[in-house]
Amino acid sequence: MHDPNPGSSLDGSNEEQIYQERILDHYESPYHCGACRSATHAHEDDNPLCGDVVRVELEIDPGGTIRQAWFAGDGCCVSQASASMLMEKVEGKSVDEVRKFTAEDMLQLYGPRLTPNRQKCCLLSWRVLQSAVFAPMRQDGGDE
Amino acid sequence: MSSQPTAEWDVDSVRADFPILSTRIRGKHPLVYLDNAATTQHPRAVIQALVDVYEKHYANVHRGVHWLSDHTTDLFERARDEVRQFIGAEHSHEVIFTSGTTAAINLVAHSWADRFVSPGDEILLTEMEHHANLVPWQQLAARKGCLLRHIPITDDGQLDLSQLDTLLNSRTRMLAVTAMSNVLGTCNPISQLTQAARQVGAHVLVDAAQSVPHQVTDIRQWDADFVAFSGHKMLGPTGVGVLYGRASLLDAMPPFLGGGSMIRRVRLEEFEPADLPSKFEAGTPPIAPAIGLSAAIRYLHQIGMDRIHAHELSLVNLAHRKLLEIPGIQILGPAIEHKGGIVSFTVDGVHPHDVAQLLDQDGIAIRAGHHCAMPLHKRLKVNASNRASFYFYNTAAEVEKLAESLRRVKATFRRN
Repeated sequence: MHDPNPGSSLDGSNEEQIYQERILDHYESPYHCGACRSATHAHEDDNPLCGDVVRVELEIDPGGTIRQAWFAGDGCCVSQASASMLMEKVEGKSVDEVRKFTAEDMLQLYGPRLTPNRQKCCLLSWRVLQSAVFAPMRQDGGDE
Repeated sequence: MSSQPTAEWDVDSVRADFPILSTRIRGKHPLVYLDNAATTQHPRAVIQALVDVYEKHYANVHRGVHWLSDHTTDLFERARDEVRQFIGAEHSHEVIFTSGTTAAINLVAHSWADRFVSPGDEILLTEMEHHANLVPWQQLAARKGCLLRHIPITDDGQLDLSQLDTLLNSRTRMLAVTAMSNVLGTCNPISQLTQAARQVGAHVLVDAAQSVPHQVTDIRQWDADFVAFSGHKMLGPTGVGVLYGRASLLDAMPPFLGGGSMIRRVRLEEFEPADLPSKFEAGTPPIAPAIGLSAAIRYLHQIGMDRIHAHELSLVNLAHRKLLEIPGIQILGPAIEHKGGIVSFTVDGVHPHDVAQLLDQDGIAIRAGHHCAMPLHKRLKVNASNRASFYFYNTAAEVEKLAESLRRVKATFRRN
């Protein structure tokens, strides 16, 4: 993948905005944080380097549209706020649109530029979502 | 213990020796470097020693008949002897230069184990080890079919020695233990442990990466068989570390890496190993880093290890007091009297990465994560933590700044 943040400067001055209001709002009052009762698809993964965990549960209708997107997780502000933003973003979208939503798009959705290490936090829920759309749940509610 | 550094300590003049300490982060905030357990900064004396090696004293060692090689060899071997004195070892051939603590422990886990470990034998470790003193033994266990056991820790982060009698038994071949936890700062009772190990005939390896830079080391008092530490955590360059080994054991062990330097004679089908210490120094050794390390040792001598230790304890004392004044901050590990210059903590409701990132905005460098000790964090039931680690060039004002900045972290995540 090429540099998703062209022009990001090494002095890091653009990091100042990581904890801006919009992001803190998502972190402290996240969108669809919890379990999705009508979930058809789910996936969970962690970032072993920092222990952040995100689980994504989706209700996808037979036509391939995401009706509901929920996440549950434990981790830093960047990983959890980005998950909240992503759930809000993908509801109503088709599986195909999710597939076309790149890592670069995710970093843009988040907003403030991040150092490579923090980009991993931001991309955790995106990575989990990309797997979740192809991970139908079993009848008994377990993951395949 | 007073909470202020001792009166005769002139920390400002010490700081002037370290060019990097005058850095302004993003051009604004004076650097507050509190990540010394990860790596330390370099005084001009060490930087200049490296420049001098490359400008005046550099050739390969133990090779040439030419003057420059002899000269470099002399500096390199003098460095070995300075290390020997610094840790109180008897012979300089018991000092093996490695690339670092990790390489030193791996050397023992291979070479020593080849000679002394059989299937069913036990290696005793602790729950507070750095990955460098866990993984090489896990790899050994897989190779040799030996068993790993672990001394548990108490809730306040000290070794729980109540079951030591059964953990150390006639099957135990090695006790490998850290002298100072890189997360909790806990100082372990090494002499007591080596004594107990002796009684069952087990050997002892001490991971001294966090202790050697910060306090007087006396290997004879520890009575350990192996001691490993790194140059870069004690003002030296990266790329050099030390394995001290008892000569009788090193002699009995097969060589580890094969190559040049470690041989006396080579035929097409076989070789005879060289004597100590060359036997364990295959290939061109870390010549310049070792000479740089000797400059670091001379600098540390000049400051005085006792003063370094006392200054760091005063900083830890102040840090404990200041941090515990802030609601929601939990300090991991034991009471001050059982620890060295490391303060790990969590902030209720704020992830360690967010804490470290916000402190960074004030120019404060601390570590966030699991600090290469995932099992320890699991035992403490936290995913990750923040770690402020001090060295003698840190100041009380920097500790105050840390506390002040942590209050701002709390304010940023106001709704928690």
